[in-house]
Amino acid sequence: MGKAIVVTSGKGGVGKTTTTAALGAALAQGDQKVVVVDFDVGLRNLDLVMGAERRVVYDLINVIQGEAKLAQALIRDKRLENLYLLPASQTRDKDKLTPEGVEKVMTALKKTFDWVICDSPAGIERGATLAMRHADAAIVVTNPEVSSVRDSDRIIGLLDAKTAIAERGERMEKHLLVTRYDPTRAETGDMLKVDDVLEILSIPLLGVIPESTDVLRASNLGTPVTLADARSETAQSYFAAARRLMGEAVPITIPSEKRSFFGMFFGRKAA
Amino acid sequence: MTEVLTTAQPIRLKGRSFLAMVLNPEPPFDDWLTRLDDLAERSAGYFLNKPIVLDVGGLDIDRLQLRELTRQLGDRGIRVMGIEGAASSLLVPDLPPAIDGGRPASDFVTPASELPDVDTGRSSGRTRPDDFQPGRTVPSIIVTEPVRSGQSLMFEGDITVVGSVASGAEVVAGGSIHIYGTLRGRAMAGSAGDTAARIFCSRLEAELVAIAGFYKTSEDMGPDLRGSSVHMWFQNEMLMSEKLG
Repeated sequence: MGKAIVVTSGKGGVGKTTTTAALGAALAQGDQKVVVVDFDVGLRNLDLVMGAERRVVYDLINVIQGEAKLAQALIRDKRLENLYLLPASQTRDKDKLTPEGVEKVMTALKKTFDWVICDSPAGIERGATLAMRHADAAIVVTNPEVSSVRDSDRIIGLLDAKTAIAERGERMEKHLLVTRYDPTRAETGDMLKVDDVLEILSIPLLGVIPESTDVLRASNLGTPVTLADARSETAQSYFAAARRLMGEAVPITIPSEKRSFFGMFFGRKAA
Repeated sequence: MTEVLTTAQPIRLKGRSFLAMVLNPEPPFDDWLTRLDDLAERSAGYFLNKPIVLDVGGLDIDRLQLRELTRQLGDRGIRVMGIEGAASSLLVPDLPPAIDGGRPASDFVTPASELPDVDTGRSSGRTRPDDFQPGRTVPSIIVTEPVRSGQSLMFEGDITVVGSVASGAEVVAGGSIHIYGTLRGRAMAGSAGDTAARIFCSRLEAELVAIAGFYKTSEDMGPDLRGSSVHMWFQNEMLMSEKLG
């Protein structure tokens, strides 16, 4: 049985889709069987970032509506044979996303794949709540600025209230991924520091991804950052986050300050 | 002469709860009144200035008896503010109004008798000093998780949060609020009008604090309090605050 992870944030434009693609590709390079699922019905992007936009025939809604089999809708990545994409529909109504349908698809995917990574739409509406509903763990993507942090806090509250796990009385496993981190702006106080974000959200840190032009270049090429240039700082941060997700104890480094924050952050696991 | 109709000041309706003393008369009423006199004798002014509710639930009492009873009590300086458990047909306008919806609180301690055998009240055991119950118990809850943005925590008594209250979250308590963490959202204590309620937090970054409906926004709070542990209370129609420790 695989593990379903929702990549969520509340706020838009913080890097959910980039993260979904990068972590999916990083895990797949570690010999894991991975599927990335786009839940953003009507505003899909994951297919572009994965470079599969011209190969979409069927989508998630088709599968839920019974118009296509799951195997027909899955698109295998051309570069990594362990990596698959389940695209969202760009044209259909998002109300076609039903709780029962989503549950059925998620259960089927978890039987076949080691990792099911769901790219949640922004907001706290139907798409976002359904994306998190059947997840086993959540990656909360946050930019180091106040509006993003507050929206993430709201999402964490929903993860503890509106998910199948929470309704069974259990705790959802949550990880914080700080993206678009600019060390110079954090130093001058234009941006929140990682410590501040951690203090406010009080969930364990999965990684810190630096702000970089690599991300834009990679998504324009239709390649996950962890495939475009595996040696870039961004890719390295995502690789490290993927290894931590698999349970490895990899020290966390804050971009540009090469000091290890391992002891510090692992001592403050909370919530 | 022109009347200005637009300056109507809104009327402020406040909620407030009082602890009333409930008297349960027992037939025969003459006997019961004698016991009451005995109690009053032991402690002069025991019933003075206390809100008294007469509970006649389950009693076979008619309007005449009820009127006589309230008159008798009135003669003793006990003014009844409401009658509980009476059929609505009994309550004519010259009698105290009906009252209901009371919630149980712990019993009042009656003055101890010098002669224990005189005290024949049905709750005689409770008057002994070793059974002393200090006042009423205030309910309270403890929350050990952070209160997240968008969440609203409401409770009629005291609230203790072991964790932070996020920006965009609110904690509303009938009693006091204690936050062992950073208060970034809103904290409203004494929401039913209890001016004795207080707010404590380990670190103040609040958007709004209120006690008994009197509030202060983040802008009204002194910058020197920001970031420190703070204790807030209500005094002379003002929200007072001071740093802790």
